[in-house]
Amino acid sequence: MPETLAAARIGVVTFPGTLDDRDAARAVRLAGGEPVSLWHADGDLQGVDAVVLPGGFSYGDYLRAGAISRFAPAMDAIVDAAKGGMPVLGICNGFQVLTEAHLLPGSMIKNDHLHFVCREQVLSVENADTAWTNAYEQGQRITIPLKNQDGQFVADERTLDELEGEGRVAFRYQDGNPNGSRRDIAGITNARGNVVGLMPHPEHAVEAGFGPADATGPRAGTDGLGFFTSVLASLVRA
Amino acid sequence: MGRVVVEVMPKPEILDPQGKAVVGALPRLGFTQFSGVRQGKRFELEVDGEVTPEVLAAAREAATTVLSNPVIEDVVAVTDATEVSA
Repeated sequence: MPETLAAARIGVVTFPGTLDDRDAARAVRLAGGEPVSLWHADGDLQGVDAVVLPGGFSYGDYLRAGAISRFAPAMDAIVDAAKGGMPVLGICNGFQVLTEAHLLPGSMIKNDHLHFVCREQVLSVENADTAWTNAYEQGQRITIPLKNQDGQFVADERTLDELEGEGRVAFRYQDGNPNGSRRDIAGITNARGNVVGLMPHPEHAVEAGFGPADATGPRAGTDGLGFFTSVLASLVRA
Repeated sequence: MGRVVVEVMPKPEILDPQGKAVVGALPRLGFTQFSGVRQGKRFELEVDGEVTPEVLAAAREAATTVLSNPVIEDVVAVTDATEVSA
């Protein structure tokens, strides 16, 4: 079994202005997978088993956050692969890219208070049945960093009702809504559960000594690691 | 040289945080007449030739597929803004 896990290759896409590709690759490695760097301008996904769209400010958030990256050659290949069931995780700017690419509904606008937020954020795992969340318990509280300015999730009421009704709200903000997101939504999934997007950053909470504070001490939190062990487990099962 | 202007606004039902910040700043500068501000975007698309119906149609398509996100924004105008030289 560990051999199969180690063989899983997880692509991490770098766009111009991406910031967290190294941390995402490191998270994949710490979870036991093999990270593969993918370049936005290359439509060849190099046979990876899953893809992470990391955070940052691709194209300086010009036009709209994620709007220009959506048209990258790598994204055409990723949209096709995602429709075929390949696991795709969008973190922060990567989530914005997924909504612009119409792989996930809704959109992100500026935080309601207009400030950049950087803090350790408590979330509840509302759907522990996706490719990226199966290592968690339903309703589990996790703490991972949140850092953005355009983090307010919005969608029309019908879309929000659909997301709720179909169990597609993957994460909800707990202990206060940091940005005005509708219904405290921090992350969502597609119906199939292979495409997940969220604004907070699991890849920054994967190694003791470098994560958020938890009960065992400062910077000890590794609550984000489950995203990456989840996808490895889902690939083994597939 | 032709020019097409595309104007995009946040949807009415979407709170516009930037407009809200601007309307808060106006009275501090003595502008007390304005009770609301919404901030949108204006794009000027240059074309080498004339603005033909085909060019306008292409501009409309670009407006709805790239220049705006229909989840949060409306395209409120796509107009031929070519300046007629005297």
